[in-house]
Amino acid sequence: MGALTLSKVTKSFGKTEVIKGVDLHVGEGEFCVFVGPSGCGKSTLLRMIAGLEDVTSGTVTLDSREITDEAPAKREIAMVFQTYALYPHLTVRDNMSLALKQAGEPKAKIDQATARAAAMLALEPYLDRRPAELSGGQRQRVAIGRAIVRTPKLFLFDEPLSNLDAALRVQTRIEIARLHRELGATMVYVTHDQVEAMTLADKIVVLRAGIVEQVGSPMELYNNPANTFVAGFIGSPQMNFLKSAALGQRGETTGIRPEHLTLSREAGTIPGTVSHVEKLGGETLVYVRTEPHGLLTVRLFGEHNYTVDEPVHLTADATRAFHFDAAGQRLR
Amino acid sequence: MAKTRSHAGRSIAAHAILITYTLIALFPVFVIVINSFKSRRAIFAEPLMPPLPGNWDLVGYQTVLKQGDFFLYFQNSMIVTVASLFFVLLFGAMAAFALSEYRFRGNLLMGLYLALGIMIPIRLGTVAILEMMVSAGLVNTLTALILVYTAQGLPLAVFILSEFMRSVSDDLKNAGRIDGLSEYRIFFTLVLPLVRPAMATVAVFTMIPIWNDLWFPLILAPSEGTKTITLGSQVFIGQFVTNWNAVLAALSLAIVPVLVLYLIFSRQLIRGITAGAVK
Ligand SMILES: Nc1ncnc2c1ncn2[C@@H]1O[C@H](COP(=O)(O)OP(=O)(O)OP(=O)(O)O)[C@@H](O)[C@H]1O
Ligand SMILES: [Mg+2]
Repeated sequence: MGALTLSKVTKSFGKTEVIKGVDLHVGEGEFCVFVGPSGCGKSTLLRMIAGLEDVTSGTVTLDSREITDEAPAKREIAMVFQTYALYPHLTVRDNMSLALKQAGEPKAKIDQATARAAAMLALEPYLDRRPAELSGGQRQRVAIGRAIVRTPKLFLFDEPLSNLDAALRVQTRIEIARLHRELGATMVYVTHDQVEAMTLADKIVVLRAGIVEQVGSPMELYNNPANTFVAGFIGSPQMNFLKSAALGQRGETTGIRPEHLTLSREAGTIPGTVSHVEKLGGETLVYVRTEPHGLLTVRLFGEHNYTVDEPVHLTADATRAFHFDAAGQRLR
Repeated sequence: MAKTRSHAGRSIAAHAILITYTLIALFPVFVIVINSFKSRRAIFAEPLMPPLPGNWDLVGYQTVLKQGDFFLYFQNSMIVTVASLFFVLLFGAMAAFALSEYRFRGNLLMGLYLALGIMIPIRLGTVAILEMMVSAGLVNTLTALILVYTAQGLPLAVFILSEFMRSVSDDLKNAGRIDGLSEYRIFFTLVLPLVRPAMATVAVFTMIPIWNDLWFPLILAPSEGTKTITLGSQVFIGQFVTNWNAVLAALSLAIVPVLVLYLIFSRQLIRGITAGAVK
């Protein structure tokens, strides 16, 4: 198991710079999640850690060994891909044991490692099948098993759950969390999914256009975002951004999360009309059109019967408000 | 209901067109094969009649098998075709893999350069090729033919295969790299099996012109020991008299090996297509 350190890592494809100087430390046994909008360079950064993309400048260190120019197979890492990437011509057992065979490990050790990984993921009944004979969820478990067998210092995941359906995604997410606890391994995980990021991560790295916007634990990012980008990206539904001047607040923009707005038919500080209502059973999301803030989202606990075009009043919990300057930086 | 019916109608129309096309395409082959079993008189009197007891005559086959070294010609054709096919597929696939997989300076230009051969017929270079073969001492060897046909087949192979290889999942190749497979193992065990349908297509397109070619055997390897079957059959076509029985018999025999090779490749093709669909 090892700690991962990136220092001043950059990556250019021809003239376009995709990763613009990333410094990052992931501690031993830590679960680190990269999030960010599509095309911000999450996968590229992960592939650089894996050695599948050259690093244009900067260094990558794993377990105090510099691996910037090492071949992927020599880095003591394992990777799980979005498309599973199982070898179609090999059985599940051979898929899982290939890396150890390539490394020339003794057969007894390979068998033992494969059996252990298969037991952890309940894959024993499928060991002699080929990938084409498995369901999507089973395939992804095999891919995870293939990573475990190698006992790597670092696990890399690139959106491993996004090809699975919703129920399976929850189940596999829990499985990954359990594996992280049992193996105590360092993991780096790329995802689009808010919930995956918040529930799995010890540390979230928010990326935008190849730059790290903020690094912190899920609750740090939720309670203490550094700028409007992070504030808008972490938390679902998205934070509301209101005009500070109209509220008599500091700064240019005031950010209030949907759960920190209250809704009333009688009285409140911000008048508006209901534009849309989403009832989710446990909670109700009400979208309210207001002047001059535009459409605001309110998150209410339980069931509520608001109708479209109904006039309502909003009140913001001022103690939970975030203030940002014109450039989007947080005012403290 | 109406929808299903129009669907059936369309399917019948499609089948009718395809069957007509098949009949037209197969007709000359059919005529060659039936007439090869008939007497000379019957060939000219009733070319469309099937061989019957009345006009049955194997004189063509007897001439072919007696005269000339027919089996040697056959063997030469086989060696040249199979060897050229092997090199075209091997080098074509390797070049295609390099072009589609690795980013390097001039990648695009290199791809275009390699594909240029599709548009420029190799026969334009016949004189230069002959000079080269003479100075290399390769005239009247099968090696000369194999080299020329490999060059002739490569452009199309590189072009088609590189398109297909671009569609092979990057994740799969990367998984192989992380597991410590060499680039050669990745190429041979992961990528090649996935582009098998494309390989079969290229094989068919490459094989037929080589088997049928008369030009290069005539120019580069006309000696008795290196004649191919197409060239060998020409002995029966004289300036004044043509031994039609023998020509037809030789052509009928020449169809068999290509047919076998074609069946092998088309099975690969169909297997590849259906295997892809299971995914
Ligand atoms: N081989 C390449 N050549 C040129 N540009 C590339 C290459 N690979 C990626 N890029 C560019 O790098 C940027 C980052 O890509 P990357 O795949 O890392 O994004 P991502 O954050 O993983 O996005 P997503 O969430 O959609 O997977 C993109 O703008 C992409 O166009
Ligand atoms: Mg990505």
